[in-house]
Amino acid sequence: LTLQHHKLQPPNSKPRARAAPPTADSVLFDDTSSAAPAMNSQGYYTPGYNMAGPSNNMQGGAGPDLFADPMANAAMMYGSSLANQGKDMVNKEISRFMSVNKLKYFFAVDTRYVLKKLMILMFPYTHQDWEVRYHRDTPLTPRQDVNAPDLYIPTMAFITYILLAGMALGIQKRFSPEVLGLCASTALVWVIIEVLVMLLSLYLLTVHSDLSTFDLIAYSGYKYVGMIFTVLCGLLFGSDGYYVALAWSSCALMFFIVRSLKMKILPSLSPDSMVTGSSAKPQFRLYITVATAVFQPIIIYWLTSHLVR
Amino acid sequence: KALNPNRSTTCENNMAFTLYSLIQAAILCVNAVAVLHEERFLSKIGWGVDQTVGGFGDEPGVKVQLMNLVRSVRTVMRVPLIAVNAVCIVLLLLFG
Repeated sequence: LTLQHHKLQPPNSKPRARAAPPTADSVLFDDTSSAAPAMNSQGYYTPGYNMAGPSNNMQGGAGPDLFADPMANAAMMYGSSLANQGKDMVNKEISRFMSVNKLKYFFAVDTRYVLKKLMILMFPYTHQDWEVRYHRDTPLTPRQDVNAPDLYIPTMAFITYILLAGMALGIQKRFSPEVLGLCASTALVWVIIEVLVMLLSLYLLTVHSDLSTFDLIAYSGYKYVGMIFTVLCGLLFGSDGYYVALAWSSCALMFFIVRSLKMKILPSLSPDSMVTGSSAKPQFRLYITVATAVFQPIIIYWLTSHLVR
Repeated sequence: KALNPNRSTTCENNMAFTLYSLIQAAILCVNAVAVLHEERFLSKIGWGVDQTVGGFGDEPGVKVQLMNLVRSVRTVMRVPLIAVNAVCIVLLLLFG
């Protein structure tokens, strides 16, 4: 896992709402997508999440008069304006499908959060407070609240898992480049299936929780951390180590999932829900949570057992 | 070389999925939901549209949600499924 280095925000920066806010003011991140080369000069890796690579503009945008030849100047300015147009168009198209602001929320992490979250994933038994904290009705970003789900850890864990799978298969002399792609798409398909089943069951049982699709992807992607740990122990310590690590990470992950989803799916067992005919409801919600938890070790075993023979 | 058993050398001992097989499975499932006819079948088994008793103020049960889901899938996906199935058929004919 590669660690990002972030500039520390001033403590009174207001968090961005998860639903796209009407203002374009971004105080969560140093949004360097607007060509502001002065911000890049500090040597920190400021997280520009727009795909156009703002750091590339640093050289080009700062000195339009670098060339003595006016034709080259004109060509470069035309080219940069064309690139900006293309970038705007791509952003517009992408934001039709998914809200980029919501996605940015999930990647607002820092090193401290990642370390604490990894520790919670592997040893959740001592963590006391599982409540996701809000700030005036909007959930806090992962930087400020360790219980908030994020997408950085699952993404990195997924990529690390693929690399580890390639390495494990290479150790067994079964490696070929197609295998890597196959493992990647298999794992991805299982995540998609799990998220779809969760969404379907949440819809069918009319569970009004604030779990968005990205939340479910995040929670379902946390199992890759357990998978990496299991495969590593299997490679280092043989098949005994594999089973011990499998048991450990399964228990930890089940505990983590049950505690996290319990807050979101089973909130209103209190007086305001109607009692008529919905006596089966709390049961079903519990079933969903437990089924999700039980699914995790099954899929961990399914996806890693062939790597550690 | 002929004596070696045909061992699978990839991740294939557990249903190696490609994204394309997921897409195929999804297309097949949506096709299955789309061919459920309203009058001839769903009403006969008590899943018709006119049989959703509106539970006002109370949350609808699983069956009503499922019926709504089936009906909305049929309404939304009828036309795009024509195109998607045609593309799938052509791809299968060309590439096997």
